[in-house]
Amino acid sequence: MHTDIPELVCPAGTPAALRAAVEAGADVVYLGFRDATNARNFPGLNFDEAEFRRGVDFAHTHGCKVYVAINTFPPAGRPGPWHEALDRAADGGADAVILADVGLLDYAAAHHPNLRRHLSVQASASNAAAIRFFQDAFGIARVVLPRVLTLAEIAALNRQVTVETEIFAFGGLCVMAEGRCALSSYATGQSPNTNGVCSPASHVRYERRDGNLISRLGDFTIDKVADGLPAGYPTLCKGRFGAGGCSGHLFEEPTSLDALGMLPKLIETGASALKIEGRQRGRAYVARVVATYRQTLDALAKGEMPILDDTLDALTEGQRKTTGAYMKSWQ
Amino acid sequence: MRGALTLGPLLFNWPAPERRDFYFRIADEAPVDAVCLGEVVCGKRTPFFAADLPAIAERLRRAGKQVVWSTMVLVVGGRDEESVRAVRAAANGLTNGQRGDLVEANDFGAIALLAGMPHAVGPFVNVYNEGTLHHLATGGAQRVALPFELPAESIRALAAGAGAVELEVQVFGRTPLAISARCYHARAHGRGKNTCDFVCDVDPDGLAVETLDGRPFLAINGTQTLSHAIGCLVHEIPALKRMGIGRFRLSPQRIDMVAVSRIFRTVLDGRIEGAEAALQLAELAPFAPFANGFFHGREGAAWVNAKT
Repeated sequence: MHTDIPELVCPAGTPAALRAAVEAGADVVYLGFRDATNARNFPGLNFDEAEFRRGVDFAHTHGCKVYVAINTFPPAGRPGPWHEALDRAADGGADAVILADVGLLDYAAAHHPNLRRHLSVQASASNAAAIRFFQDAFGIARVVLPRVLTLAEIAALNRQVTVETEIFAFGGLCVMAEGRCALSSYATGQSPNTNGVCSPASHVRYERRDGNLISRLGDFTIDKVADGLPAGYPTLCKGRFGAGGCSGHLFEEPTSLDALGMLPKLIETGASALKIEGRQRGRAYVARVVATYRQTLDALAKGEMPILDDTLDALTEGQRKTTGAYMKSWQ
Repeated sequence: MRGALTLGPLLFNWPAPERRDFYFRIADEAPVDAVCLGEVVCGKRTPFFAADLPAIAERLRRAGKQVVWSTMVLVVGGRDEESVRAVRAAANGLTNGQRGDLVEANDFGAIALLAGMPHAVGPFVNVYNEGTLHHLATGGAQRVALPFELPAESIRALAAGAGAVELEVQVFGRTPLAISARCYHARAHGRGKNTCDFVCDVDPDGLAVETLDGRPFLAINGTQTLSHAIGCLVHEIPALKRMGIGRFRLSPQRIDMVAVSRIFRTVLDGRIEGAEAALQLAELAPFAPFANGFFHGREGAAWVNAKT
């Protein structure tokens, strides 16, 4: 029987999604402010100060914590918005901030020593020495592990480090080491690391030609499908390209991480928290995913072996799912 | 300011004899001040050439070049971590001795292991702002190669506050854009990383990636993805020097890198203009166009005509 059930950390891209996640059983919601200080800086998402304070009130009233992602990298000479975001998170009652930049971690440790600091996946701390660097220098209490690690590697890390670890259980899957990818910058000039956007809609164009729908990011064709067939969003690393005389999904299929079927194995790694990706998703999606994971974790907590079926298949990208890097065969 | 040249680590999987001959010629003929050695992309490649490294390093030192030991970009699990520890252990002897070698850390694990001893920080570490730079300097960083996507505005601000830390900017070579646990070279050949059979060794400048309409876009190098275009800041060297950048990196491609380094040396010495140098470089590197978009705050693939 499992007694240590990890914390369930759930996305809140909007106040409506925050309420949905809290009501569906999230232990924690995480959110960002409405600017480039977080890695989901998309139109129509995120929180202004008033919404943030109301969200914290609502979550805390229901026994749910709030983490604030300030996980982009402040450009040289312009740290202001990032420092203000930290101050706002601290003043507004955030339970933790999720940071990636060394300079910002330094600022947070000096100016808000009592505000709990988590290391964002964007910091790409993929080994014990790197994690200890951030622990020793900035007192991080938790690290969100990069999505490049296998379950065996995660378990090994958990035996080597003393900070809590948080791992992804569901949602969009970066196939590159996070925080170290400039593919989208190369095509659009908008940097995931400093602008908080990957494959931004502002640079997406669809064009019909010769019976095909062509999707472009910047000047580059990311995919092409015959008219009438479903066309996915042109996220660069999920596109189709040619190499060595073949063409296809060179980097990754349009697919989502879904580790529901291996939850007991995720728990066995010793991770302290499971994260659901998807701050860009609507409240119905969030409610369904969070509720499913909540029920499954509660069943495991009681020593039951829930039927880990395909209940979330309809919600995965392109209706396809993967266990991603968790299995070594993915590499 | 004279401006120093660093030859960055060889990113691609060249056969060991070719690699050794390349570095011997660099040692003997290239006007570069420092040369980075070591595998940074895939630890599986190292055993093929590791035995040649001591001789290569010694030849470089004898030619008056500083040897810089670069660590892996993505360090995961035992084998990678051992490689970083080995570099550190070796560095302890080398850098504390009279030889003047330096270790260049490409992730925060390596930075942690090098804390308190003089070291360099490579371009794969996210140094976007003054706060990060100051923290690294406190830990012993003497030289920091800046991330590839930084615009001029950031480079200027960082240089203005760099203090005693020497900043370096890559000015030639395909631009590294991403690193993964997955090997795309193996995947393109229908294999996995564990059964890759080292298929990356057939593409000495990377495997060309085209869009579905046939436009060159990227280059695959095992677990690394680079730009198709060759990043080239030869026009921008005077501007970089004015900002206070004192060191310039050339990333090896399988072209005449001795000639490339000579061209950059003459530009740094003010003996030819960027435009003339760019023409000469284009003749040496015909396999891809040049790009300088990141520097100009544009998409990295862009080429912005230089202002004089």
